[in-house]
Amino acid sequence: MTDFVPMTARLVAKTAEGDRLDTLHLKLNSDQPFGFEFGQFNMLAIPGIGEIPISIMGWQDDCLLHTVRGVGRVSDAMLALPEGSTLGLRGPFGNGWPLARFEGRDLVFITAGLGCAPVVAAINHAVTHRNRYRRIVILQGVKHHQDLLWQAKYDAWRDMGDCQVLLAASEEQKRKYHWRLGMVTELLAFAEFDPSHCAVMICGPEIMMLSAIPYLKQRQVADGDIYLSMERNFQCGQGLCGHCQLGPYFVCRDGPVFCYPDVKPWLGVKGF
Amino acid sequence: MALTVAVHKLTSCSGCQLAFLNQGPALLSLMEKVTFVHFIEAGLYDPNTPVDLALVEGSVTTKDDLERLKQVRAHCRYLVTMGACATSGGVQALRNMANVDVWKRAVYARPDFIDTLADSTPVAEHVKVDFELWGCPVTQAQLDQLILQLSRGVLPKDDAEKVCMACKRAQQVCVMVTRQEPCMGPVVRTGCGALCPSFGRGCYGCFGPSEQPNGDSLANRFAGLGLQPEEIVQRFAGIHSHTPSHQAQIKRWQQLIVKEIE
Amino acid sequence: MPSRPGYSSTVAMDKVYLPRGSLGELYQALVDEGYEVIGPQEQQDAIVFAPLSGIEQLPWGRQEFTAPGQYRLDNASEQRAFHWNTGPQSFKPWLFKPQQVMWLGQETDDGIVFKAPVSDAKPRAFIGVRSCDIAALYLQDQHFMHGPHPDPWYSEQRRQLCIVAVNCSRAADTCFCVSTGDGPEATYGYDLLLDELDDGYLVQAKGERGNRILATLPTQGATPLQQRHAEEQLARAARQSRQMPDADTLKSLVEHLSDEQWLRIAERCLACGNCTSVCPTCFCSKQEAEQDLVSGEHQQVRVWDSCFSEQHGHIAGKNIRGEVSQRYRQWVLHKLATWQDQYQRSGCVGCGRCISWCPAAIDLVEEVNLMLGSRHD
Repeated sequence: MTDFVPMTARLVAKTAEGDRLDTLHLKLNSDQPFGFEFGQFNMLAIPGIGEIPISIMGWQDDCLLHTVRGVGRVSDAMLALPEGSTLGLRGPFGNGWPLARFEGRDLVFITAGLGCAPVVAAINHAVTHRNRYRRIVILQGVKHHQDLLWQAKYDAWRDMGDCQVLLAASEEQKRKYHWRLGMVTELLAFAEFDPSHCAVMICGPEIMMLSAIPYLKQRQVADGDIYLSMERNFQCGQGLCGHCQLGPYFVCRDGPVFCYPDVKPWLGVKGF
Repeated sequence: MALTVAVHKLTSCSGCQLAFLNQGPALLSLMEKVTFVHFIEAGLYDPNTPVDLALVEGSVTTKDDLERLKQVRAHCRYLVTMGACATSGGVQALRNMANVDVWKRAVYARPDFIDTLADSTPVAEHVKVDFELWGCPVTQAQLDQLILQLSRGVLPKDDAEKVCMACKRAQQVCVMVTRQEPCMGPVVRTGCGALCPSFGRGCYGCFGPSEQPNGDSLANRFAGLGLQPEEIVQRFAGIHSHTPSHQAQIKRWQQLIVKEIE
Repeated sequence: MPSRPGYSSTVAMDKVYLPRGSLGELYQALVDEGYEVIGPQEQQDAIVFAPLSGIEQLPWGRQEFTAPGQYRLDNASEQRAFHWNTGPQSFKPWLFKPQQVMWLGQETDDGIVFKAPVSDAKPRAFIGVRSCDIAALYLQDQHFMHGPHPDPWYSEQRRQLCIVAVNCSRAADTCFCVSTGDGPEATYGYDLLLDELDDGYLVQAKGERGNRILATLPTQGATPLQQRHAEEQLARAARQSRQMPDADTLKSLVEHLSDEQWLRIAERCLACGNCTSVCPTCFCSKQEAEQDLVSGEHQQVRVWDSCFSEQHGHIAGKNIRGEVSQRYRQWVLHKLATWQDQYQRSGCVGCGRCISWCPAAIDLVEEVNLMLGSRHD
């Protein structure tokens, strides 16, 4: 019953990814295969302290990977756990990116802000299975250059064939090599991809999604080719606790990845 | 490693410290997690040795309180206020609404012996506070939770939820609706488990203001239930009169008190 | 306001008569079937559902008088057990519990081991359930049992429920079940259904269990006069002064996102969560991590939450619904409008609890009618 009662996961290794950002390598105390999609999440619990939703970053050497950023009580405590600790894991929950459906297309990733793990996980997957997809375009916006997490990954992606990496810093005065000044959505003017044969995956603040979409429409990208990873208060992961109710959805259960037309009426509405 | 703890007292009744000592057998479990360094009520005096956790009871009402408080802050990693006095100024902050010299003369035969500041103020007005335990007095559960969480390296979850939520979870029937009891529940935080409503009386708000208290609306409702402005002021001017949200209602309704024409 | 035109009761012809003096035998029959019997009784100045030791505990001759922000029990004109309409709670707390331990965690040499808590579900029979609360039960069933992650605790208790419903014989001032289509007559979801008359009950059974229990009772044929009395009192209960707009009209609430009325309501709204706590369909919960100081055992506890709580819309670094006006809007738009997309009907069953139990006396029906009558923005 991994839905309600967690399974035990052992923290076998931690990889530092940046400031208050670690990837946890979790070995599950279960013989069952753990199937998941990128974009889905697990509920990770430190008993007695709390439980939080964390996006699934991948699977490596029999371990589930979760990248955790210290942004609160529970995530801070998670980063402080020594290797060898055990924690609780429930999941996977929600719907991920339909990456299999995107095979043979250009992939456009748009993220803004810090730690957009759902998108980075999908990029990792696309890069690992490079021949399944055509061109890859990665657009990332942050406030300051140094806010960019996974700098090395971005450099590696840039050097890969048929992959365009565009970075924007919105609150910098000076331009840096490889960077533009301004909002991530302004990068779309420079993105080279086939709008009639692409899939766009966006993760970040809804206001950014709202401003990216007109650019995409200008480029004649069909609404149905745009996918969004939404963020809400997830406490159960099962569509039961009510916190993530959005219009006709529970985001944890019916998302967090949505096809744009499905959430269009509710996107960016203040207070939802 | 047990947490080293100092328990300090400023201006207060010492009741919150008893929450520690009144644990009964649980005190033994607690003692496995903490080592008291300074705790006068338990017979330990060592105020200036650095500790992990300093629990401060009482408000700042004298220059000496203030000096000691600065020392406490300098010698601890976490400073946590314990109870209403330390957290909001306490019941003694009622004097902040009066003139200190006038009441000193009214109360004491030798007011010149009394060396006091004009106001009773919460600890957070003077030094950085890492966590606040509201309540008059605090409960054992609050202290246990603090110790358990700190011993695992995190601060407790700060819950400023309204009393009503705890009241309804406990299946208490709303006394404001059934008995027209003026109940502070909708504007004050829980922590007591809705103790007063479980005895059929209105909450008087010993845990202080909740998240986003709508004092205007509740006070209007009190007026609708027949309370006179003076009685409404008294509801808000109890234990936590020095908090901004309660202060706002006190000022608002004080203006409406009809004074006899001399 | 007159009751909705066209309302007609359908007191079925297959009802039988149970004299008042034999009501105790119904109670005993439920006990004999192995049920813990839960029934209405007077506690804390209200009618509450609690374990019933006998029918003498029922609130004989008592009824409630309600208004926005008010609920008062008084002597009724008639010595009946079910002359009241609602108490502060439906049977929601017995299924979706205010506190539910989700799992236990114990530190071992091999790391933390998790286990499910022991369920306290058991066969329970509820006497005196109204049609609005049955409608609410079916909505909670949809939410807790019929989704992709059925709630084991809710489901286990739900499967062991026996329901003895009662048709309402009058309506409280805050009732509006006729306008939501959920009353005053119970038409589904019960094992036994009673119409309470001056000297006894008309009884109707549904299903195998209901008929089995009914067969043990000393019933007689119901006379046409008794049936007419039952019909007349149902018609009386259907005369309700409040009317919730119909489902399609409620859907148009989503066009009122920036109506200034939300701000005006928020001036009065205490955001205390009383409405959501007494609502028989509200299902929000949050989870608390607890640890026992002495045993060291961990507990993850699910407790009732409310969309009126500040933390409800909280995610790292921001609050989706920081303003009370946004939270009231969230509650109303979900309950009345988008609920229809999720559960194929509105989440309001017309019980009126949110009106009478609002400490600030906010009247949901009045607010909704005002808003829908106002100019669209």
